[in-house]
Amino acid sequence: MSFHPKMAYDATFHKSARTLAEPGTPFVYAPENRARLDDIVKRYPADRKRSAVLPALYLVQHQQGYITASAMQHVAGILGITAADVEDVVSYYTMFYTRPVGTFVLSVCRTLSCALNGAERVTEEMCEKLSIRPGQTDASGTFTLLEVECLGACDRAPVVMVNDAWQENLQPGAVGKMLDDLRTRGEAALSGCHHVIERAR
Amino acid sequence: MERLLTAHVREPNCFTLDFYLRHEGYDGLKKALAMPADQVVEAVKASGLRGRGGAGFPTGMKWQFVDKKSPHPRYIACNADESEPGTFKDHLLMERNPHLLIEGCAIACYAIGAKVAYIYIRGEFFHVQHVLEEAIAEAYKAGFLGRNVLGSGFDCNVYVHRGAGAYEAGEETALLESLEGKRAQPRNKPPFPAVIGLYNCPTAVNNVETLSNVPLILRNGPEWFAALGPEKNGGPKLYCVSGHVKRPGVYEASMNITLRELIEGHAGGARDGHTIKAVIPGGSSVPILMPDQLDTQASFDGVQRAGSLLGSAGIIVVDDSTCMVWLAENLLHFYRHESCGKCTPCREGTDWLHKILRRIERGEGQMRDLDLLTSISGQIGGKTLCAFGDAAITPVLTTLKHFRHEYEAHIREGRCTHVADWRARQPVAAH
Repeated sequence: MSFHPKMAYDATFHKSARTLAEPGTPFVYAPENRARLDDIVKRYPADRKRSAVLPALYLVQHQQGYITASAMQHVAGILGITAADVEDVVSYYTMFYTRPVGTFVLSVCRTLSCALNGAERVTEEMCEKLSIRPGQTDASGTFTLLEVECLGACDRAPVVMVNDAWQENLQPGAVGKMLDDLRTRGEAALSGCHHVIERAR
Repeated sequence: MERLLTAHVREPNCFTLDFYLRHEGYDGLKKALAMPADQVVEAVKASGLRGRGGAGFPTGMKWQFVDKKSPHPRYIACNADESEPGTFKDHLLMERNPHLLIEGCAIACYAIGAKVAYIYIRGEFFHVQHVLEEAIAEAYKAGFLGRNVLGSGFDCNVYVHRGAGAYEAGEETALLESLEGKRAQPRNKPPFPAVIGLYNCPTAVNNVETLSNVPLILRNGPEWFAALGPEKNGGPKLYCVSGHVKRPGVYEASMNITLRELIEGHAGGARDGHTIKAVIPGGSSVPILMPDQLDTQASFDGVQRAGSLLGSAGIIVVDDSTCMVWLAENLLHFYRHESCGKCTPCREGTDWLHKILRRIERGEGQMRDLDLLTSISGQIGGKTLCAFGDAAITPVLTTLKHFRHEYEAHIREGRCTHVADWRARQPVAAH
């Protein structure tokens, strides 16, 4: 059945942006990461180690930047589940990367309150300055640009998350400076969360 | 009303245990531990506290439904996955007043007979998680958490569990699935979590703001709490105002306040040279209210009487520069992206709705698309496991209801005629 002439069900209709993880080199946690994971696992009942899969994957990402198939197998072995169980989780949550990302992952909030305050233009500026489209990494491997959904800081729109840190009230005209500052000063160049009044500005 | 939840959030180091103890901190827990657990539940019931996550369900009743006869352990799951567009109150509470939440978790555990509370925090709140974890460590050290809390014989552990980017994890059963290490997809209900929840054990799932209100009830009594607002809408409430206003932010008030006082008073009203076109009063998932409805009381019941829902109290204001077809397209992009994929009507339907809205916004739509939008919405609403489906169709139906002429103009003119300096220079959804 054709739903509508302009919506043919061809091979591109259900094209998923997600791709399978690459095998990667054999993965083992660094001792300190393994110790942290063992500590986290204790928060859950002994027969429910699977609960630690999200923290376990964050630790993989912390160690090697993205999640490979061999890392999934390693995590599965520790938590007593199958690699498919782990991949099921990795492929669902947006904060896990299965491809290498840049030094700084720029996650621009695109949802309503940020969009009403210029988020579309922030993304445009970033695309222009870095010569990439959302979802891509720039040629130097420094920046990956992502459009994400509501970050929960709508009073400081537009908001951009850079790795795990925040830049609030980013005006389109200030994008170039922020990128330059990130290159020289790293995440210290960001505004952080405005609630943190103890932070020296 | 004086601010109760956010009284000190602008003061330096207000998140520390020392500061909290100087402001009646953990007094509520001490009072609770001196009472039988059932009486704590009764006190919360008498206060009329309603869940602040969106549904407004009475918290005391939720706790009472927790199966006490079950041989399994019981759990508290605190929903800190604040992801509803336009909502950022729990963010403030956890970052600046974390001990209030921890005290609330401990009282809730005591009330339902749980020994463990998991705070499920969204992955993007990494900086908040640190504050929370440090506060928890302080609480353990001071004996407010851990074994034999304050010598009462009651054991209580609170753990923070970080999500990884999924709106659906805010749905209570999806949150439990995620806590169990699976995809955040909802379960069929019933059974409700109060009977079969986390690890198949009886569980109460409560929002951050809800649990943060519990210590206030214990400290000052249920009657005091109920008297703070209109009937059945007692207690302090946090409102998040964002969008096209001069002073967006979190404002605490009793639910006697009107939307106009919040938007034009606290938040400073529309930008200069603009007028308010529409207001979404409870996060993106609720029907639009029009400017002539701003005198609506911002309580659960008041907003419902006006034809919408208070939801998570995420008030999004849009002014006359906003194209309402674009607005629907923006929100459906959100829902299409966040649909967990478990129920076909929602997974496929949100994608269809977004595609049709995008082509109308681009000027490629046809008049019959409007009926198609209504028809698809009808195939999603009420036909999914969780409320996501109903939430996703709301922006479509509500903009069609109030702004059908804008849809028709797009189709007639073959383009979007709205010009706004905050919109992309390239046509919408160029990427």
